[in-house]
Amino acid sequence: MSYALALRSYEFWLAFYKRTWRGSLATSIVNPVFYLGALGVGLGTLVNRAGTTPGGVDYLAFVAPGVLAATAMQVGTTEASWPVLGSIRWTRVYYAMLATPLGIGDIVVGHQLWMATRVATSSAVYLAVIAAFGGIQSPLAVLALPACVLIGVAFAGPMAAYAATRERDGAFVPVMRFGIVPMFLFSGTFFPISRLPVVLEWVARATPLWHGVDLCRGLTLGTITWSSAVVHVAYLLVWAVGGVALAFSTYRRRLLK
Amino acid sequence: MGESQQLPLVRARGLEKRFDDLVAVDGIDFDVQKGEAFGFLGPNGAGKSSTMRMIGCVSPPSGGELRVLGLDPVKDGAQIRARLGVVPQDDTLDFELTVRENVIIYGRYFGMSRKELRARADRLIEFVQLEDRADSRVEPLSGGMKRRLTIARSLINDPEVLLLDEPTTGLDPQARHVVWDRLHSLKHAGATLLLTTHYMDEAEQLCDRLVVMDKGKIAAEGSPVELIRQYSTREVVELRFPTEPPAEIATSVDGLARRVEMLSNRVLLYTDDGDRTADGIHGRGLAPQSVLVRRSTLEDVFLHLTGRTLVDE
Ligand SMILES: Nc1ncnc2c1ncn2[C@@H]1O[C@H](COP(=O)(O)OP(=O)(O)OP(=O)(O)O)[C@@H](O)[C@H]1O
Ligand SMILES: [Mg+2]
Repeated sequence: MSYALALRSYEFWLAFYKRTWRGSLATSIVNPVFYLGALGVGLGTLVNRAGTTPGGVDYLAFVAPGVLAATAMQVGTTEASWPVLGSIRWTRVYYAMLATPLGIGDIVVGHQLWMATRVATSSAVYLAVIAAFGGIQSPLAVLALPACVLIGVAFAGPMAAYAATRERDGAFVPVMRFGIVPMFLFSGTFFPISRLPVVLEWVARATPLWHGVDLCRGLTLGTITWSSAVVHVAYLLVWAVGGVALAFSTYRRRLLK
Repeated sequence: MGESQQLPLVRARGLEKRFDDLVAVDGIDFDVQKGEAFGFLGPNGAGKSSTMRMIGCVSPPSGGELRVLGLDPVKDGAQIRARLGVVPQDDTLDFELTVRENVIIYGRYFGMSRKELRARADRLIEFVQLEDRADSRVEPLSGGMKRRLTIARSLINDPEVLLLDEPTTGLDPQARHVVWDRLHSLKHAGATLLLTTHYMDEAEQLCDRLVVMDKGKIAAEGSPVELIRQYSTREVVELRFPTEPPAEIATSVDGLARRVEMLSNRVLLYTDDGDRTADGIHGRGLAPQSVLVRRSTLEDVFLHLTGRTLVDE
């Protein structure tokens, strides 16, 4: 693997994206506006009136970093599922790349860099929308951007590794249904995990999304501690590095038969 | 050093490829010299693509020895691939991008500059006669046009060896001739071509030398003319029948041909003088639906070597 070569494969994804960026940019603006409008403002009014948010923060400021982290997860997962399987089965672009000096490592890393770029741009838009809604309480919030990229790769790495072993996109349905959706709902995104039954609270604590949510929340609210930041980053790094390493091996087994 | 002692660009000894229990390539030997057009002729599943993929450094050999451009495909894959052009059996074009963008993006994988690529892409697109379609998307192009684009793309890095896996399969006769014409022109310019095919006419047209592959093994090797001389006769008389030829025909044509081959709806008589054999048929009162005298082809060589036809009847 070399970064110069990985960037050549990255460039393909950039060219590929130029065809669809309008639609995807619209989605990445409209989504946060809807979520923050409905949850932060709509539901938030009720929650705030009941006075039950943890630490008494405004519900919008509480939920916004949760949804931000969850979106990084979703973008990372999505970019690593259909596009990866498609590059093997439908467009076969990985095979085109492999006929050139690019190797497996360059293809994996170039694509992961692209996924990280997608996570970074949509998270940046999200952060801007949160700011516009008045949901940011600390300048540390700028660090939520790299945090989101880390969350994105923590999901994109393992997902790409898995996608490279599949034949059909139906294989993604259970991952979404039993992995991504429950994590989205129960990893402290919308309410603190301390409200879960104790067993489930520990399950939630083991999910990479909870670490991402807690990290982002600490940063946008300015309540982060060094120790929790280190734990969250380290845990997410394990998923990201482990996932990408696994992708090296599943890609190799799939493409170099 | 004499011509014949030059280091071969591709050299295989006892080369093997296994997929679990299946032996796709079963210990083959060959050398490809610079400037040669070398073919692998064989039916479906013979192991042609498996061999090409090993040469293209995208499939590690399971056994034997393989050298490409004097290097080891397992260790020096990237270095070798930088100097190869590959036309895979199934196109890997990007249907959403234009013809020109496909060539340019591909050139970027080789690290060429955009400026350089723009000029080269135009020349290659012209070479494969797609200049009218340079700015249209790939998806609506015909099969022949897509194949030509794949060929143009494979030439972007000025390859020292061009690997063509079934360059014309699935194309109509006219489209095939356009591709052949382009490959001929590459050949005349001194390119080294390795190609697979299950069309004997393609092998005869394009290859200086070829190997006949069957079930992972090389059944014969030589130039098309040599192979025909060695394994067939100068001419063939085909007797066609509306139904299965009567079994006793084998004895009734006795002495008219050097060899007789019975197929499902025809009988092939291998002979050095087709007209005399055809006359003899009429003399013996046989009444096939039609009698055709033709020159011997590689198809006959294959049939003789394996007892089967190249393309399923
Ligand atoms: N990736 C693979 N996994 C398992 N078996 C394979 C794989 N690739 C090829 N084979 C098997 O190896 C044998 C040789 O296949 P190969 O594709 O090399 O033949 P071919 O001569 O190119 O045939 P065709 O004319 O159909 O393209 C076949 O039996 C095929 O099923
Ligand atoms: Mg093949």
